[in-house]
Amino acid sequence: MSTTPIPFDPRALRAPHPVPGAPDNWRRFFTFNTDAKVIGIQYIALALLFLLAGGLLAMIMRGELITPPADLVDPSVYNGLYTMHGTVMLFLFLFPILNGFNNLLIPPMIGAPDMAFPRLNALAFWMFPVFGLVLMASFLVPGGPSSSGWWAYPPLSTQNPLGLLVNGQFLWILAVAISGVSSILGAVNFCTTIIRMRAPGMGWFRMPIFCWTALAAQTIQLAGLPVLTAGAVMLLFDLSFGTSFFRPEGGGDPMLYQHFFWFYSHPAVYVMVLPVFGFFSEIFPVYARKPLFGYHVVAIASFGIVLLSLIVWVHHMFTSGTPQWMRHLFMVTTMLIAVPTGIKVFAWIATLWRGKLWLTTAMLFAMGGVFNFIFAGITGIMLATVPVDVHVGNTYFVVGHFHTVIFSTITFGVYAAIYHWFPKFTGRMLYEGLGKVHFLLTFVGAQLNFLPMHWAGLMGMPRRVASYDPEFALANVLASLGAFLLGVAMIPFLLNLVSSWARGAPAPANPWQAIGLEWLLPSPPPAENFEHDVPTVISGPYGYGLGHPLVADQERYEARLKEA
Amino acid sequence: MSAGLSAADPGRGPRDSGPGGGPQGSAPGPGGSPGRGGSGPVRGTLLLVALGVVLDLLASRWLMAQVPRWLPPQASTAAPLVDRLFALEAGIGCFLLLGCTAVMAWTLLFDRADKYDRDDGDPIEGNLKLEITWTVIPLVVVLLIAAEAIRVNGQLASLGGKVRVAGAAEALRLVGVDGIEGVAPWGSEASPLEAGADALRSPNLPRRFSMLRQKTSSGSGLPPASSSGAADTDTAAELGPIVVIARQWSWQFVYPDGVRSAELHLPVNRPVRFRLVSLDVLHGFSIPAFRLRQDVVPGSVIDYRLTPSREGRYRLRDSLFSGAYFAANQSDVVVESEESFDRWRQAARLSPLAPSPNAAAELWRQRQERGNRGWATVPPAPPPLVNVPLDPNAAHEG
Repeated sequence: MSTTPIPFDPRALRAPHPVPGAPDNWRRFFTFNTDAKVIGIQYIALALLFLLAGGLLAMIMRGELITPPADLVDPSVYNGLYTMHGTVMLFLFLFPILNGFNNLLIPPMIGAPDMAFPRLNALAFWMFPVFGLVLMASFLVPGGPSSSGWWAYPPLSTQNPLGLLVNGQFLWILAVAISGVSSILGAVNFCTTIIRMRAPGMGWFRMPIFCWTALAAQTIQLAGLPVLTAGAVMLLFDLSFGTSFFRPEGGGDPMLYQHFFWFYSHPAVYVMVLPVFGFFSEIFPVYARKPLFGYHVVAIASFGIVLLSLIVWVHHMFTSGTPQWMRHLFMVTTMLIAVPTGIKVFAWIATLWRGKLWLTTAMLFAMGGVFNFIFAGITGIMLATVPVDVHVGNTYFVVGHFHTVIFSTITFGVYAAIYHWFPKFTGRMLYEGLGKVHFLLTFVGAQLNFLPMHWAGLMGMPRRVASYDPEFALANVLASLGAFLLGVAMIPFLLNLVSSWARGAPAPANPWQAIGLEWLLPSPPPAENFEHDVPTVISGPYGYGLGHPLVADQERYEARLKEA
Repeated sequence: MSAGLSAADPGRGPRDSGPGGGPQGSAPGPGGSPGRGGSGPVRGTLLLVALGVVLDLLASRWLMAQVPRWLPPQASTAAPLVDRLFALEAGIGCFLLLGCTAVMAWTLLFDRADKYDRDDGDPIEGNLKLEITWTVIPLVVVLLIAAEAIRVNGQLASLGGKVRVAGAAEALRLVGVDGIEGVAPWGSEASPLEAGADALRSPNLPRRFSMLRQKTSSGSGLPPASSSGAADTDTAAELGPIVVIARQWSWQFVYPDGVRSAELHLPVNRPVRFRLVSLDVLHGFSIPAFRLRQDVVPGSVIDYRLTPSREGRYRLRDSLFSGAYFAANQSDVVVESEESFDRWRQAARLSPLAPSPNAAAELWRQRQERGNRGWATVPPAPPPLVNVPLDPNAAHEG
């Protein structure tokens, strides 16, 4: 940590959240702090640690898969690794890191001092280390962690080979259930904050797109998560207490679990991707120096996605013995999602058109993410098509597709957001040079890792295999090399985060000349953001080149930033 | 690399002229976009766009022609239909991806701000006509794809009905297969069969049966497996039903005449009907060369149909994760001429039942030798007792 004091805005120094250079500031991260900005950084830091854990699991898997036979680890170990890789990445990395951004961004963007329920917020966060620990502890119990895949389909997940009450699967279900409760608490908070606590003058159609998408995503959480959590509880009872919800011998049906699971777990992808759509919609106008193209339609399209996302889940069950009429119905609803998402993609591209592009790291990650997302959207339509899904479903084609969504789109968006908002919330600039190295390695690594998977899947390589026929060897060698490259790409990233936070250049209040309430605050913002001086919003967001101010008395707010 | 950055940063930092960048950004700057106004350049732009569209179309056509190279051989009547649909989607997808990428690449090349240029771009806020266009076109395209997929799906018609059963023993009794290793025989007192038999007598079961009855032309529910293929056929030539028994981790195929095999032998160009049964967890019956896949669900007996169309030996894989030795749960499909298939069946009838070589059993044995190290798993079921064992060294085509 740097020892030289930095002339921060005095309001920032009074903040209960960490300020670089302030004495003891790191300790504030380990307390039950109710400040949304502390909670946001807590979420993001812990989630990044779990990204490393999940990435390590992935690299062991890719080490196993670099040769056709199962020779690096036992197949039972491989199954545990891939199960935990998926679970860690979804429940311990992506959901928490996006909740972190919700915490950081929502209050300043809408001019609110904090979340609507700060203590509930802190409670939701502190459940995260708890279920993280529970999940990690499953590596240590006899028999190893859950190894039935992150779907945990019964009857496989309820087989319990050792017959112990506390086993890996038990802890896995427990962790998922706690995570579900935590996310529901978070969703209540985010929705309430966005609906009730916007600055004066900020009507729905003056709200930044990130808040639109966050609200849309959290609506899905409220609608879908209770279903998954209920399914998880039933699974726990089948596993541990001898019930037969999903057991055919007792009159149950394993198909029922699949409905519970996918009713939430498909929309869950939209819970993750919608905020990233928000990131893209925030970032493109800033670095293209143009208003967001078709703001109103982009905003409404988020809720089009929410509506459709709740009626597509059976596309994961096209070959589960689903009747033909149901396959056709869900194929059509799934394909319709292309319409609202297409609107967004075209709007972003139109935003770039005739702009004045600043190719910062954030912009590169955002553009790379959109490119990857178009590709993933196309393979998504293929997978929505029943006859094609019958061939490539449950193959590496699906693995390639969803990693292009989850990593090459969502994680790219998360990286873009980190590079874009890091100065605002830490008060330090990131090194652009290291950032660009990070982008280049990540972009190349992602293509090398995930493109060959599509090919392997088309040839018929099933997903989740620890060994495979020699005809898939080339695709797997390429994928493994890409995965290792992605591992290497973490080095400049982490170096950048740590060294910039310790001794990066102090960030000005608005390093990107961006328009938005959060950029009218000092970097880092004071505890209660605008405190008692909440600006009145007088125009829509993204007024680049339009020459009208965002808030009343904008000069006064800007002058105050300069004074500090 | 940081030199360029540090030069750029001061340029950004001190400039606090306020959001919007002042009035100079609102008018199209003189240096903004040379050559994009006036009628001459408009014609040039249109020509450029037309050229781009033509190139994009050509590239997409080329990509569609490449599709067969990414796929296994077409060994069933379903394969050409599926491949054609996939190629169509690949072509449309390629056109879209290239089109979007070209525009993004254009902006990257020609719309970049100069190093110290802090001006704003053209303040275009939207264009209703354009937005309607890019809402309607994808809508029409996906609906057309969906309509085509529904049509193809109707032609495939591989999925028949499904009958719910209360566990493995009842499933085996329903399909008329007895004497499976590790599952209690029908007559056994202690088997879960009693529960199954009760379930069969339960009043709501006939309703479940009716679902399958609609799908089979015989109108008599599930025909016994011992009847020859001719008894329940849509066409006189249909073979089956062949009972497919999936377990952790082996495949077994029981033919209507009672032949048991660890490989699936099928005559070419003849429709074949299956009854898919799982004795433990979910499995997937998947033959990539046929482009067909169907989950095998414990608690259900699923009716399935297909027609092989090309002779050869192809992989049959477990496509739905089934536990520790899931990856090793593979078998082969041998599609052969009618005469060759008959000879095989004759020979198989005369072969005694013997355990088939089984990859999972072998891996389990190796694990025991290493002291049972690894994470917990159920032990593999005993290798199936079959007339025709699996040849683990035979080369497969796809």
